[in-house]
Parts: sequence; structure tokens; C-alpha cells
Amino acid sequence: MSLNDWILALHLLSAFALIGALVIFWIMIVALWNTDSTTRVASLMTVSRVGTVMIAAGSIGTIVFGIWLAISLDAFQVWDGWVIAAIVLWAIAAEVGRRAGEGYGEAGLEAGKLAEAGTPTSPLVAETFGASRAFWFHAASSVLFVLVLIDMIWKPGA
Amino acid sequence: MTSLLAALRPDSWNFPLFVHVLGAMVLVGAATAAVVTSLGSVADSERDRMRRLAFRSLLLVGLPAYIVMRVGAEWMYSKEFGDTDDDPTWIGIGYITADLGALLLLIALITAGIASWKSKTRLGKAAGVITALALIGWIIAVWAMGAKPD
Repeated sequence: MSLNDWILALHLLSAFALIGALVIFWIMIVALWNTDSTTRVASLMTVSRVGTVMIAAGSIGTIVFGIWLAISLDAFQVWDGWVIAAIVLWAIAAEVGRRAGEGYGEAGLEAGKLAEAGTPTSPLVAETFGASRAFWFHAASSVLFVLVLIDMIWKPGA
Repeated sequence: MTSLLAALRPDSWNFPLFVHVLGAMVLVGAATAAVVTSLGSVADSERDRMRRLAFRSLLLVGLPAYIVMRVGAEWMYSKEFGDTDDDPTWIGIGYITADLGALLLLIALITAGIASWKSKTRLGKAAGVITALALIGWIIAVWAMGAKPD
């Protein structure tokens, strides 16, 4: 096995961590849909932390190993159209996803504090765990990352 | 070599590959969610809900994703290798982890279902451990699909 094979494997594992994390957050969002319960939200914080670690590692891994691969392989160049498209889509998806995480993170932190203090419900939690801005950011980020995957497989113009 | 194959991959392979990869990615996410909800520490009042969530993650997301992944894999295999008897090692790893993973997924589903229905804490944890074993196998498969060891 060559170094390039290892880089490709790490790139692929990172992509699995990234999309896997998005799925985890989808499961959480559906499970907590329209809830205002602070204890329910707080109980899923461990899941959220695992998802956050996976999405961070996956985002960094895909871009670092992806660019490394494009530089290292003779068949592809970083300035190939499909590679540039992937980088641009990745950057937009990452930023949109960060905004989703900000919204859900804020509500999750508040839920944790209120649950500890014995307050069972929260208007912020109710507002966030529905069709909120954070929800739409998450949906948009998911679509964008799937577009990156499509771009990676079809490699238009390659 | 892998880069060469990727560059020369016929267009007709792309959709089966997409189906296979997307199914596998969703499966990994669902299994991870099930493992964390089964094995993570949680308040007593939320235990039943967590067991239910683990079971539903496996049943409603993990199982359909597994089927999609497997259908995509067979479709891709038929295009890439056809009737060849001499499979490369990475294909062997893929088949072993997929078949063993299916068995573990089925056992985990049954145990998680009973744990959720009968409120059995230890059985719920067992389902989490079994799912974790399947997940380890699938992660090895992802590595093999990328690194393609001889």
C-alpha cells in the first residue's frame, strides 16, 4: 500500500465521520422535534458531543486529505474544476453547518442549565427544536455536503 | 493505482457507487447514534426514552441504510467484477464485514427492541455493545475500500 492509498483511506474515513455526524444530528432533531422539555434535550447532549467531535474531525480530515490527494496524484490537480467546486461547496456547507450548530448549541446549553436547576421547559428550546433557523441551516448544510459527495463521485469535467 | 482506477471509472459505475457510499454513510451515523444512546450515561428518568431512540435509530435508519448499502455494493460489484472468481482482498474484507455486520445488526435490533419494550437496562447496554462491534467492522471496511490492501 502506497502513501496515496493511506491518504485516500483517511479522506474516505473523514467523509464517513462528517456525513455520519449529520445523520446523528438528524436523528436528534427528529427525536426532539417540537419539544420544550429541557431534560429531554439535556439527555441527548452526550450524543451531540460525539456528533460535534465527528463533524469537526470529518470536516478537517476531508479538506486536508482531499487537497493533499489532489496535490499528490498525477491524475488530478487542485485547480481542476470539480476539485475547486468541491472546495467551494465544502466551505459554504461548513459555514452553514457552523451556524446550525451555533443555534442548537445555544439551546442545548440553556436546556442543560435549566434542567439542572429543575426548570422543566424553555421557550428557547421550544423555538429551536422545530422549523427554526438552525433547522434550515442544518438541512441546507446536509444538502450541500451531499452535493460534495456527488461531485467527488462523478468528478464532472475530469 | 486507486487514483488511476478512480480517474478511469466508467460513468455507468457512478450511480451504484453513490448509492453504496451514501447508504454506508447513513448506516455509520445511525449505528453511532444507537451506540451512544445505548451506552452513554443519562438521567434515570430518560433511560426508557434513550433505549427507544437507540432501537428506532437502528430500525428506521440503520436497517434501511444497510439494505441500500448492500444493494449498491452488489450493483457495483456486478459492474466492476462481473463473474470473476478471483476477488481482491479488499472485496473480501467488504463482504465479511457486511455479512457479519448484518448478523450483528439483526441481533442488536432484537435485543434493543426487547430492551425498549420490557425496560431492560442490561439488555439495552448489550445492544449498544453489539452495535459497537458491527460499527468497528464497518469502519474497517471503509478503510479497506479506500486503501484497497492487496
